[in-house]
Amino acid sequence: MRESTLWFWHIIAGAVILVLLGLHMAIMHLDEILGLYMDPTGWESVIARSQQGFFMVTYILLLGAALYHGLYGFRTILFELNLRKGTQKLITWLFLIGGLFLFVYGTYVAIAVYQMKEVAS
Amino acid sequence: MSEAPSKVTFEVLRYTPGADAKPRMQSYEVPAPKGLTVLDGLLWIKENLDPTLSWRSSCRMGVCGSCAMFINGLPRLACANQVAHLGGAKVVVKPLPNYAIIRDLVPDLEPFFAKHAAIKPYLIRKQVEELEHPTGEYFQSQEELINYIQFAYCIKCGACLAACPTVATDESYLGPQALAQAWRYIADSRDEGAAARSQEVFSGHGAFRCHFAGACSQVCPKGVDPAFAIQLMKQYMFRQKLGACKEQHGTAVAPPVENWTPREGVPKAPEHSV
Repeated sequence: MRESTLWFWHIIAGAVILVLLGLHMAIMHLDEILGLYMDPTGWESVIARSQQGFFMVTYILLLGAALYHGLYGFRTILFELNLRKGTQKLITWLFLIGGLFLFVYGTYVAIAVYQMKEVAS
Repeated sequence: MSEAPSKVTFEVLRYTPGADAKPRMQSYEVPAPKGLTVLDGLLWIKENLDPTLSWRSSCRMGVCGSCAMFINGLPRLACANQVAHLGGAKVVVKPLPNYAIIRDLVPDLEPFFAKHAAIKPYLIRKQVEELEHPTGEYFQSQEELINYIQFAYCIKCGACLAACPTVATDESYLGPQALAQAWRYIADSRDEGAAARSQEVFSGHGAFRCHFAGACSQVCPKGVDPAFAIQLMKQYMFRQKLGACKEQHGTAVAPPVENWTPREGVPKAPEHSV
């Protein structure tokens, strides 16, 4: 894929993170002002959110955006170390496979928790 | 401005690859009359103390860009910097960083010009016939000129690449000079070559490697702002991906000016020789 396309998605991922991380921060730290969840880090609240379709989708979106943004940024930093072409290719593949694995695993967890009928507290 | 001292010490880097094991600093005492530039000082050393000292210079008026050197810790033009303005009684002169040294203060600018050539620094048009056999001038309004004119002031001295932290780590990075020149042509209303340049400009060693340190803009002796040009280019690429950029259509040839009379006393322009 052309570098310009990768960079374009890097910026888009950054914008997605800005919105979703903002939402996360608001829920976690402005609970007394917003009054959404009285104990946002408590077990009940975490499970309650995870079993809502909206949060399941945003978790997956945030996971994908954060993984892409972080790994592409890290790859960029590594590439500035004057690496050989072969090493650059190896890093690209390692990050791609590692990133996809983490995304699939995280997505599986988000969907599995969403689909759970009852969760023991 | 501080008072010019009667004498100033020039500490100059000396190095001849192949002959010297490593670069060394050599000191020279130079008389410092009012208005002495660093270039004047080097010329005085060469004429009176050491004819073997090497550097590049030509116009002595900040136009040609040949005499860019690392003076007192910053890339500057030797001809455009007076010793009195630098402050202190010592001037440390080294070749531009981020370039190989040919000899003493002479940097190897070949990679620099290769990068400049790679971005196709000339007008590209779909209709080659008009370019090859022009029937007139391509129209350009004052507003269209303002879009790129500051980037056209580049004198190719190489100071921006010497200041760039990304060039220091990634030697394949196109660098602020070439990228600013690419934008100078992409932003030119007469040009249609954005697609032809995108291969280089948006490659892995192109505009996206810029960290926006801004050092290039800080040291440019002509007030060009290459860092700004690179950000404009990133914005252009982003808008292009979103489909928000119109396809480039270079302006047409301007119609001949009719019904005009020359101002009194202005001599007639010479006839075309080619």
